[in-house]
Amino acid sequence: MEEGKALTNIFYVALTGNPNCGKTTVFNALTGLHAKVGNYPGVTVERKEGKLKGTPPDKQIIILDLPGTYSFSPKSLDEQVARDVLFNRIKDIPRLSAVVVIVDAANLQRNLYYATEVIELGYPVIIGLNMMDVAAENGEIVNIEKLSRHLNVPVIPMVASKKEGITALRQAVIEQVSRPAKLIGVIPLFLNLPDYYKPEIENIAKLLRECGNAQVNPYSEAILTISDEKALGERGKNYPEAIYDAVHEARKRIESAGGDWKTDIIGARYEFISDINTDCVTQILNVQETFSDKLDRVLTHRIFGLIIFFLIMLLMFQSIFRLAKLPMDLIASGIGSVNSYVVENMPPGALTSLITDGVIAGVGAVIVFLPQILLLFLFLSLLEDTGYMSRAAFIMDRLMSKVGLHGKSFIPLLSSFACAVPGIMATRTIESNKDRLVTILIAPLMSCSARLPVYAVLISACIPDIKVFGFFKLQGLTLMGAYLFGIILALVMALIFKKTILKGEIPMLLMELPPYKRPTLWTIFRHLWDRFVIFMRQAGTIILGVNIILWFLMSYPKANVETRFNESRVEIINSTLGVSLTADKINDFIEQLKQNTKFTNGVETAETKLLSELKSIDKEEMSEWLSNSFAGRLGRTIEPIIKPLGFDWKIGIGILASFASRETFVSTMAVIYSVESDAQEGSLSTLANAFKEQKRSDGTKLFTPLTGLSLIVFYICALQCAATIVVVGRETRSWKWTTFQWIYLGILAWTLSFLVWNVGRCLGYN
Amino acid sequence: MTATGQSLMQMANGTKCMIAAIDLSSESRERLFELGLLVGTTIEVVRYAPLGDPVEIKVRGYRLMIPRSEAERIFVVPPIVENKG
Repeated sequence: MEEGKALTNIFYVALTGNPNCGKTTVFNALTGLHAKVGNYPGVTVERKEGKLKGTPPDKQIIILDLPGTYSFSPKSLDEQVARDVLFNRIKDIPRLSAVVVIVDAANLQRNLYYATEVIELGYPVIIGLNMMDVAAENGEIVNIEKLSRHLNVPVIPMVASKKEGITALRQAVIEQVSRPAKLIGVIPLFLNLPDYYKPEIENIAKLLRECGNAQVNPYSEAILTISDEKALGERGKNYPEAIYDAVHEARKRIESAGGDWKTDIIGARYEFISDINTDCVTQILNVQETFSDKLDRVLTHRIFGLIIFFLIMLLMFQSIFRLAKLPMDLIASGIGSVNSYVVENMPPGALTSLITDGVIAGVGAVIVFLPQILLLFLFLSLLEDTGYMSRAAFIMDRLMSKVGLHGKSFIPLLSSFACAVPGIMATRTIESNKDRLVTILIAPLMSCSARLPVYAVLISACIPDIKVFGFFKLQGLTLMGAYLFGIILALVMALIFKKTILKGEIPMLLMELPPYKRPTLWTIFRHLWDRFVIFMRQAGTIILGVNIILWFLMSYPKANVETRFNESRVEIINSTLGVSLTADKINDFIEQLKQNTKFTNGVETAETKLLSELKSIDKEEMSEWLSNSFAGRLGRTIEPIIKPLGFDWKIGIGILASFASRETFVSTMAVIYSVESDAQEGSLSTLANAFKEQKRSDGTKLFTPLTGLSLIVFYICALQCAATIVVVGRETRSWKWTTFQWIYLGILAWTLSFLVWNVGRCLGYN
Repeated sequence: MTATGQSLMQMANGTKCMIAAIDLSSESRERLFELGLLVGTTIEVVRYAPLGDPVEIKVRGYRLMIPRSEAERIFVVPPIVENKG
């Protein structure tokens, strides 16, 4: 890094503002692609920073994109982080050289509430007055000069979506940091508070300065401690006891003077803002109904609103599955060819097996879902950036509140049908931590796309292909039932969690309905790029690690069966070709045979027949290896646990192997049942046939409809997905909750499968 | 109906009214205040969500949705002076 070079020439500039003010667009325009996404220490809040483009070479200006915030009294973790950065309370972040506040010109009053709070902190502030075009459409003219004079800071008019004002803003930032650094001054507050407040604020500010606690304008911090219970914190926690006590005394005096320290300051600020608004904004046109209002008439209409909402959701999911199919197939075959390239060019052995079966196959199985994940994020960011997302919450809130959740939980849950990973990442918009946690806990119950191959093979193996009521296919109904069962279970679990361990007052969902906007391509691209990087980083680290462990469990110890299988190979070769081969030359001979044998379409020669027989010996050997491996032994060990669910130890291996990703069940069972899985097209039915042939020790069929149902129910519930576990760990920052989720879903899976199997048997099925 | 006026939930779509009292926990009250819903602020009921909850209001030129349970405890009176904008 360049840190050591010239530390004095690195400047941190915070970019802050209300949610929906266009801050992200400004950030992207200022920094280009040179941004990095990480986390603030100890919390899940995303930390985004990037170098300011066009900075003179002797300087480096880092723009820090703070989460959208309404005020300094945080109601969510995001807001708390934004405040803490501005109050210079986060260790990793150096003192800010300047602060850029983005203000939505079309929503001036509420945006100025926060902007004036920031200005009072005493940093050099630059206001980016964004969305000037929207304000003009609403018939409002904002007088920039007057506004700048009232606020005593430079104001730059902007239309960030059209890149207007970006250059001016960049210039202003560079000029600001080029000036000699000034210490945070003690600047007077804007507010016109009753007289009895003045000595109190003066006194607390003095104490803060004396204690060396004032990181920002002490007056500003004084009013925050007086008016905000949480900012003050418990006695001696955030502030020295002397300050805590002084604040409490001040509050008492304010109360006895007839004041309300909780709200007077807010009121005074809005009064100040109202005056600015009256002075700076001229309504030249009385726009009765904006375009956005007209759109809302339809999109949130009692009937059309609902219909359109469901159509959008339908379209979204159809396209995720359809559009993702081609790139997914391409990635899958790409991974396949990389795999065979490695197999061909490396000497056979443990290392090759680790690279192909462990690394490439394992990580490949996760990367295959990248197109779906990116498509989902494309849709999500389209919904978010156009402003429809908050309408979706508006429409769904009533339904979600029945299970104690907010409308904001709807989209993450819906996303989880594609993949729980982006679904869980999408819970970041939920303000209440408890609600967010409940949503995360139930998200994996939504049947994700990785479960589809498992359902598909089990259904075609176990559920008879018959029609019910004349035209419904039973197999299709079962598939739908699996999805529905997951949804119902998720809602029931949400209700249980909200009533028990995550009880708590449902915080008020105050959501803004911002005007509809045309999304900017660049912002969406940036968003997808960030998601891509995060996902790949995960696939490359933890998921890779888990897959290596699994590979090891499935490959070791190597059972000494090679001699035995080689004997049968020799026997077959000798009897077919009439040669007298010995076991020690077997490998070379087969290699030769493979190279010399030409496959002509449809013509079966002795050689091709021999090769396919040899192949089935390979499969048997692999099957035997697997049974003897640690995974196989584990499968046998856990048999007593899964027997009451109707599963045998071979299914046990499948369940264990799919710990990291559910779809591995299919490929593992193919290995266990020694199925020829090379044929791409017919693989599902071949595998399903192999399932059908399996017998229990008493000779009855293993995969009856009841076994199938029990296993499907198990797969609906059990959290068999390393990627999800990793993301939950990352998002909750709590291994306690991550473990809890894994265990509760495991218990749920076992109990419900047990019920299905045993109730079914009592009813006479088997 | 109370001395401080009618509940916000009793207002029909398109009604303009003035906040007279907010009978909520101090945390919720503070949040509403910060978002610009103060006693004396004129607001407009825009519409109710398709399923009846929440309610969308217009305040200080922007739109906000408030859950029914909270809107019931916001009391309003007819506006005294028509606010500009």
